[in-house]
Amino acid sequence: MDERDQRNDQSNDQETPGESAGWKSGLAKALLGLAASIVLTLASFWAAGTHQVWGPGVPVLLAALAIGQMGVHLVFFLHISSGPEGTNTILALAFGVFVVALVVFGSLIIMANLNAGMVSMDGLMRMQR
Amino acid sequence: MIATTTAIEQVEIPISERGPSPRKVIVGYGFWLFLLSDIIIFSALFAAYAVLSGRSADGPTGVQLFHRDNVLVETGCLLLSSFTCAMMSLAIDVRRRGLMVIGAVLTLALGAAFLWLELTEFAGMVAQGAGPSRSAFLSAFFALVGMHGLHVSIGLCWLVSMVAQVFTLGWRPMVIDRLACFGLFWHALDIVWIGVFTIVYLGAR
Repeated sequence: MDERDQRNDQSNDQETPGESAGWKSGLAKALLGLAASIVLTLASFWAAGTHQVWGPGVPVLLAALAIGQMGVHLVFFLHISSGPEGTNTILALAFGVFVVALVVFGSLIIMANLNAGMVSMDGLMRMQR
Repeated sequence: MIATTTAIEQVEIPISERGPSPRKVIVGYGFWLFLLSDIIIFSALFAAYAVLSGRSADGPTGVQLFHRDNVLVETGCLLLSSFTCAMMSLAIDVRRRGLMVIGAVLTLALGAAFLWLELTEFAGMVAQGAGPSRSAFLSAFFALVGMHGLHVSIGLCWLVSMVAQVFTLGWRPMVIDRLACFGLFWHALDIVWIGVFTIVYLGAR
């Protein structure tokens, strides 16, 4: 019940220009987003240069930090919400993420397979003899 | 108008019976679809980079070419410009032209600083013989990072024209919609940059 009230408050704020409460909550949201993304960026740069993390774990940590930071941007700057008005936006985002994953991981898997299936230079020479 | 929407939300009419969404929601959704298709274009370039990043053809590799300090400053510029862009959106919500112009000028300055750092980096790489034609790795690098830089340049031109439109046309609904779309575009570019600095610069081995 409280959560729904809060959501109604927010949507009212967005639709009433000139109201000081909307301005203040917007500023607080942007500052929170900025602080979170600065922390996550510094954490990424620290993780890439440190030796305190087990070597093979670094790419995983970097990926987790990047996904977290993208989430921060989506919520605090692009204002993606799970409210009733955001349903279509979330669905489109889910489809976008699906296509991006298909393109990137599909390319990597196919190219790795082709690479493994390639005849090496030595093998090619031997076949020509 | 405001009173009716509040009343409708209070009695919880199902979303299918509420009639058309507000203009802001519809415009934002349409532009969001464009942004997602733009991100899919970037995903193809990311895929090319991921496949080719090890193919340096005995030329310079990423570790030898990239300077992390430079990238950290570039990232800082873009993050702060995202924040000033959010400030600009808030100023637009309360229709304060002076604040909007301050936000736009700061966003422009930070975006231009980012572009300057990126172009200096590109020029330095080309000067030491590591241009896009050196290896498959460098072709993929210049295509991906250059595409992002191109988007930032287009965004800066767009922002300048939006400031001009606010002065010549005023707060028309059309201008407000365009400004909202610009905000979405600028934040989406930041999301792409997060991918670029993580995969290209920090992922270089």
